[in-house]
Amino acid sequence: MIQINELSKKYKGADDFSVRNLDLTIEQGEIFGLLGPNGAGKTTLISMLSSLLKPTSGNFTIDGLNYKDHKNQLKQLIGIVPQEYALYPSLSAYENLMYFGSMYGLKGQSLKDDVYMHLEEMGLLKFAHKKIHAFSGGMKRRINLISSILHKPKVLFLDEPTVGVDVQSKNVIMAHLKELNLSGTTIIYTSHHLNEAEQFCTRVGIIDHGSLICLGKPKDLIAQEENTEHLEEVFLAKTGKALRDHA
Amino acid sequence: MHKLWASTYKEFLLVTRDIGGLAVLFLMPLLLVIVITTIQDNSFKTIKETKLPILLVDMDKGKVSKDILKSLADSKLFQVDTAATDEEAKQQVLKGDYQLAIVIPKNLSTDLQIKINENVDGILSKFSDNEESIPEVKSQMMPKEVKLYFDPATQQSFKSSVRSNIDKMISKIETETIYTAFQEQLTDDPSEDIFETEKFITFTEIVPSKYKEALIPNSTQHNIPAWTLFAIFFIILPLAINMVKEKNQGTFVRLRTNPVSYATVLGGKTIVFLGVSLVQFTLMLAVGIFLFPLIGLPKLDVSGRLPLLFVVAFFAGLAAVGLGLLLGTVAKTQEQSAPFGATFVVILAAIGGVWVPVFAMPKFMQVLSNLSPMNWGLSAFYDVFLRNATFIEIIPEISLLLLFFVVTTLIAIIYNERKNAV
Repeated sequence: MIQINELSKKYKGADDFSVRNLDLTIEQGEIFGLLGPNGAGKTTLISMLSSLLKPTSGNFTIDGLNYKDHKNQLKQLIGIVPQEYALYPSLSAYENLMYFGSMYGLKGQSLKDDVYMHLEEMGLLKFAHKKIHAFSGGMKRRINLISSILHKPKVLFLDEPTVGVDVQSKNVIMAHLKELNLSGTTIIYTSHHLNEAEQFCTRVGIIDHGSLICLGKPKDLIAQEENTEHLEEVFLAKTGKALRDHA
Repeated sequence: MHKLWASTYKEFLLVTRDIGGLAVLFLMPLLLVIVITTIQDNSFKTIKETKLPILLVDMDKGKVSKDILKSLADSKLFQVDTAATDEEAKQQVLKGDYQLAIVIPKNLSTDLQIKINENVDGILSKFSDNEESIPEVKSQMMPKEVKLYFDPATQQSFKSSVRSNIDKMISKIETETIYTAFQEQLTDDPSEDIFETEKFITFTEIVPSKYKEALIPNSTQHNIPAWTLFAIFFIILPLAINMVKEKNQGTFVRLRTNPVSYATVLGGKTIVFLGVSLVQFTLMLAVGIFLFPLIGLPKLDVSGRLPLLFVVAFFAGLAAVGLGLLLGTVAKTQEQSAPFGATFVVILAAIGGVWVPVFAMPKFMQVLSNLSPMNWGLSAFYDVFLRNATFIEIIPEISLLLLFFVVTTLIAIIYNERKNAV
């Protein structure tokens, strides 16, 4: 589904590459966890794959479409759930979803039906016409997710989709994502919640200093690394315990 | 098209849900035009109707000072109070109690009379056969000086106007004194009418017009177009802030991942903010037509001009929106967009002739004013309001406004594409 070849990104004025000669293949139907410490290059990689950043070099295709030649078709194929809420606070949940749905060319009764269906599945139907600024963090996260999946994307990028939400909201979000995956959507997911990633992902890649340092199924990675029982221990073994503060 | 409509509807919702923003968009320009027109209208009235208190120090106590006093009273411009000494008058003006003091020097009447008599005698003797009648010795009098003390806070234009009025007054007194001197020399009967002293040259104000009934421009006819344009251009502030907010909220980033062009996103904003500027314009016209007469201000006359006025407002609105789109695209924070936008609009207004007419500006600024879209808009408004121009005649100005919109929007799109090129 996603083929990444020698992909690199160096920001203007930066001393080093944020992503360096990265090769990766993600198959259709996978839930791929892109893990790494702060500043490792996860968000940069997702930004490049979702058309937000121009790669410095290298190439990638999604569903066989090259990003250089099929920018708009690619955008129609993918959905991105950004870290921030990315919603209009003075519009209602319904208005936000109708608007973002329209941007994918969806319209009419079928869009309305989809919006209400997703709101119901996410437990937000009774808040459909309330303005976003009155929503809790968890509610906003759920609307954020719906905004990105109304057009039934083939690939969904999730950048820390459960950060700052309560356990209940997290459960609903994760359940919804699993359902989406079962219906055929490939999911690329970044998170610092390694337990969540261990349970949720079919395969993970650990990225550090812009390079992929580890790739495989969570249970295989745990088995390969000595004295580890959880993905978090593998992660620390691979990336070290030094703080990764950066500004 | 569907995406453009959805973007327009979203912008409409965002604008109408921001009550504070709407109040700023609609009420502040109205307040501005009411305040400015009231002030300007009252300034005319100050000159024409209300009396300005001034101080007079009469050290002459003669005919000239009496004539000056009478002329000042007759002019109905001044309420004349007196002061005993030059120093007292000076202090009162310095304190700001009076904007002007006139000090008439000692012996002005007698010295003027002597001087004129000598001159008249000299002239008449030229016509006489008796050469010996020419006075051999002339008095050596120094020219007399009427002192004018102005409050330091007094504006230059007011000073010039008052100076010119006093100068006229004194010239008239001098002329009359000369006539009297001639009269006394030429006839023994003072009631005999030798000279016609009424003004031979008078002035009539005519406003050139293609039609029989010319509109005499008043403060409303001047202010509504100028300040409406100012208000229309102020739309760049909420528009740019709206765009910066989208960047900060993350919605702009989301839109960049959506299969929608930046031009479509800007299109939605253009339609809504253009609509806002036309509503602003309608409200301004309504205030000029209906409210101004109720509060004692001159009524705005739009008879027969309404469609063309809306054409100008439409293109001026487009130009303003284009500028707002560019500012909103380039600015990263509200701290960048708001002060820059406000200052830039004031600069455009200043060089566009909203405050000071372009012809009164220095040459360099006159050239610069040709680059201000507010100047193009104002010219078009004045053409329609005051010169009864036709659509064909305003095509150059509205074409420039349209071009300005196209260029600024294109720059915004190209800048965005380059900055976020993938």
